[in-house]
Amino acid sequence: MTPTRILIIDDEAPIRRFLRVPLEAEGHGVIEAATARDGILAVAREAPGLVILDLGLPDADGLTVLREIRGWSQVPVLVLSVRADEAGKVAALDAGAQDYVVKPFGMKELLARIRSLLRDRAGAAQGPVVITLADLRIDPANHSCTQGGLPLHLTRREFDLLWMLASHAGRLVTQGLILKALWGPAHLDDSQYLRVYIRQLRQKLGDDAANPRYIMTEPGIGYRFIAE
Amino acid sequence: MTHDADIRPSPDALLTQAARIGRGRLKIFIGAAPGVGKTWAMLDDAHRKHADGVDVLAALIETHGRAETQAKLADLPPLARKPVIYKGRALTELDLDGLLARRPALALIDELAHTNAEGGRHEKRWQDVEEVLAAGIDVFTTLNIQHIETLNETVARITGVRVRETVPDLVLAMADEIELVDIPPDELLERLRQGKVYPADQAARALTSFFAKGNLTALRELALRAAADRVDAQLREHMAANAIAGPWPTQDRILVCVNESPAAREAIRVAKRSADRARAEWIALNVTQARFEALPDADKDRLAGTLRLAERLGAELATLEAERDVAQAILSYAADRNVKRIVIGRPRPRPFWARLTTEDVAAGLLRQSGQFEITLAAAPDERGTQAGWHLPQVARDPLAWAEAGLAVALASACSYAAEQLFPVASLSVIYMTAVVVVASRRGLGPAMATAVLGFFAYNYLFTEPRFSFQVSRQGELLTLGLFLVASLITGNLAARLRARITAQTAIAERTNKLYDFSRRIAAAATADDVIWASVSHVATTLRCETVLLMPGQGGDLAVVGGFPPEDRLQIRDQSAAQFAWDKGQPAGAGSDTLPTARWFFLPLVAGDRRLGVLGIAEAEDHRFARTDHRLLQALVGQIALALERLRLTEALSETRLVAETDRLRTALLSSVSHDLRTPLVTIIGAAGSLADTPGLPALARQDLAENIREEGERLDRYVQNLLDMTRLGHGALRPRLAPLDLADLIGSARHRLRAPLRAHQVTADLPDALPLVRADGVLLEQVLVNVLDNAAKYAPAGSAIVLTAREAGAFVDLSITDSGPGIPPDEHARVFDMFYRVNEGDRQRAGTGLGLAICKGLTEAMGGTIRAESGRAETASPDGTGTRIVLSLPLYTPETSA
Repeated sequence: MTPTRILIIDDEAPIRRFLRVPLEAEGHGVIEAATARDGILAVAREAPGLVILDLGLPDADGLTVLREIRGWSQVPVLVLSVRADEAGKVAALDAGAQDYVVKPFGMKELLARIRSLLRDRAGAAQGPVVITLADLRIDPANHSCTQGGLPLHLTRREFDLLWMLASHAGRLVTQGLILKALWGPAHLDDSQYLRVYIRQLRQKLGDDAANPRYIMTEPGIGYRFIAE
Repeated sequence: MTHDADIRPSPDALLTQAARIGRGRLKIFIGAAPGVGKTWAMLDDAHRKHADGVDVLAALIETHGRAETQAKLADLPPLARKPVIYKGRALTELDLDGLLARRPALALIDELAHTNAEGGRHEKRWQDVEEVLAAGIDVFTTLNIQHIETLNETVARITGVRVRETVPDLVLAMADEIELVDIPPDELLERLRQGKVYPADQAARALTSFFAKGNLTALRELALRAAADRVDAQLREHMAANAIAGPWPTQDRILVCVNESPAAREAIRVAKRSADRARAEWIALNVTQARFEALPDADKDRLAGTLRLAERLGAELATLEAERDVAQAILSYAADRNVKRIVIGRPRPRPFWARLTTEDVAAGLLRQSGQFEITLAAAPDERGTQAGWHLPQVARDPLAWAEAGLAVALASACSYAAEQLFPVASLSVIYMTAVVVVASRRGLGPAMATAVLGFFAYNYLFTEPRFSFQVSRQGELLTLGLFLVASLITGNLAARLRARITAQTAIAERTNKLYDFSRRIAAAATADDVIWASVSHVATTLRCETVLLMPGQGGDLAVVGGFPPEDRLQIRDQSAAQFAWDKGQPAGAGSDTLPTARWFFLPLVAGDRRLGVLGIAEAEDHRFARTDHRLLQALVGQIALALERLRLTEALSETRLVAETDRLRTALLSSVSHDLRTPLVTIIGAAGSLADTPGLPALARQDLAENIREEGERLDRYVQNLLDMTRLGHGALRPRLAPLDLADLIGSARHRLRAPLRAHQVTADLPDALPLVRADGVLLEQVLVNVLDNAAKYAPAGSAIVLTAREAGAFVDLSITDSGPGIPPDEHARVFDMFYRVNEGDRQRAGTGLGLAICKGLTEAMGGTIRAESGRAETASPDGTGTRIVLSLPLYTPETSA
């Protein structure tokens, strides 16, 4: 994974401090901003490779910052939110955030998300390649998938769904995004289609929703392919 | 001791004085006749006050075009009069609201006895003055002696002129000061002649009638006496309030008998005057009889009015029920109440036959009076009123009279048929039967008509010579005579019986209605129920429109219920309601205050607490009778009690709530200090070890760091619980219900609880075809996290935690079973109480005692239920009984999601 420069926009100094150490240990450069205004300026001035954005900032709503940034930059944004604020999470994802982490969070989890976001970005230019995750091998060229070496019989749509989740492994993929890509914009609200396909896919993968190995549900938001 | 008791200040007197604190002082300039210079004297006094710097306002002065009065008024600040249009004439009245807004220290308001033009707030000016005084403004006013209520009749008799405008004696008693404005009659006559009192043209007319010298002398004496009475009363009050021992009057009482006759009003006035002079209490007694129900409405209204007058004049009201010997009933009541003197209206002349059958009550009293002093009050001018003391209500229904005729015709037909079988003398029995039948069906009048008609028919048809009114045989003459007497008596008796039954039925009906009503409102659990039951019941039993007003937010009276539903009142009605509320007195239609309002308002008072105002509007075709008023009073009392009962219940539960809140606050504090601090101790300790112990082996460092993280996550869950509790407590929780797959939620909950659940074998056994539930993802996840966390906390390490789900009707039951020590069955319900923890002595583990309470709150907010059971996971250790928490969540169906 390519080390990059990461901008942390959070008003809490202790949080910035505990984020800085492991990020630098991973080889990233860290820029800090304590206010919305400084954060936006820092994105413009420093052109970071990734932004960690706290939704609760003293001078402006994190969402405002996000929309402002999205006006002129496609830098990946990871949002920090509090648990109860589901509406805030969804709004942030709608406004163009790539993923979120609920406070309080473990560093391991955060680093996994960051890795996933950066990998996604690096891979975007290279086109479809075969993905190997755990015991799964997914080949987009042949639309084939094997589990532990044995072939899985997936329908076209099941395969597309699996591919979409696996190619963003570790990252949240929202229901809206999947529905738009696989069913078209007219079906944005038909989450029950998606639920049925996820269930079938899990069945074929031998996955248990109550104790998932591959696909994790983020209730009401979307799905995440478990990366490790 | 007795002596001490005697000179103790009288509580009543002290109360009277206390009631005056905060009120304005009232000074009345009283005179014997117009023109004695009352207004002049008042202005004189006002000028002195004005010169002393008192804020005087000439609120309303009647100059009667007298130039010198006008001049005298010049330098006192005036208040603009309020223009009113009454019957097409432009009049001006006292601007009461303007006066109250201006708030002078002293207001001059002329002519206390004045009657306001219709449409004002009060019917009488003295009521305006009352309000001004209540607002703490001093008032100077003027009054002629002839306007005092109890003297009204006397003055009318002296002068032959009756004034319509009267002021209750109580107003006079209210005055803090009375100044008698007196000039000798000759001087007054001289002033009158000079045109100082009335313009010249009116003066001549006045001189001949009212202002005769004899009249003036008598009036002057009355005025002097009234003023002296008042001064005397003030002295007595002062003595009583200051505990000055004196020659206290004995507790004599005066009893005045009241019925529907016009003489009763005069009796009231006589009794009031006697009572005042004797400083005695007085009682107005009404004896109700069955016949009362049959009285015409005009009589019932008059009786109600007379009783109101008595009450206004300060009498105690009493009612007796007696049927036969009314006089005896009155006398025995009088003996009980220590009455010395009985006043009764002089009976009106009655025909001699009426006097033969029944005795006048007054005559009965005189005959049996013994130790009592009986006063007969003169009846007012009675010419033109032929109504007898006992005149029954004559049936106005022409059908009743037709029935009398029909009955006689039928009886004649029957007699004709029976003539062949029975002797002629027996036929009279058939006619008699007709009389009794008519009497029992139609009352006295038609019965009498039947008797007389029957007499003639019998005479004409059957006695010899037939078909003539002549009677030839002696025996038949006797039969005829006996027939008439007997049928008159039986008819009378039967009619009375009927009246009695009618009255009983009416009373029974009223009692039933009251009973019915008390049952209905006793069953009402909320204020809304009581309000609805009240207005609907009053409206249906009294056949009127009904509203109930109560003070809302900000204290303004607002309609809270109506039958038929009504939510706004006209401004005039609203102010009548406000008056009834403010003063605790009836107001509106038919009362003294705002009588032109459409509604009549009665305050709802329980104890000394005002709860609301009940308003009724009579229907055009159904006027209220006195019995309706009595029923209304009873209903109002019950409504007030019911509302008070609810208020007390609410207050009680509020007190309970406060106590409960206190208990929770204490529990919360102990929870915060203990449970939130425990993880912090670990975190700070472990972090300290990490930072301060150089050369720790990597494994130990890892262990400490892990420790910090787990305790931190635990702390996070506590905080989340506290937040959830707050949101539940504030009702700020609005679940976003969506179709959810339980398996997904179990997955994410387990993910969040990775660390605590590490030591347990968690298995989820869900059927493949488990339907979706309708719930809020975030909330349901929190519920699962709490339940699983609890299971992990209490179940021994290495034991199993099993999740199973099954469809149950319109719900999905999700059971989470552990193999912990279990919960005693009798505590299954209580574990969901806030801060409840199953007592386990020293083994108590960290936990806020909030977890399950929050689960319950959240689950119920989503339309589900949660319960605890004893249960055991399959693979549990043999000694564990286990706990099973069962969550029932509503199934998702496309219809319910809309």
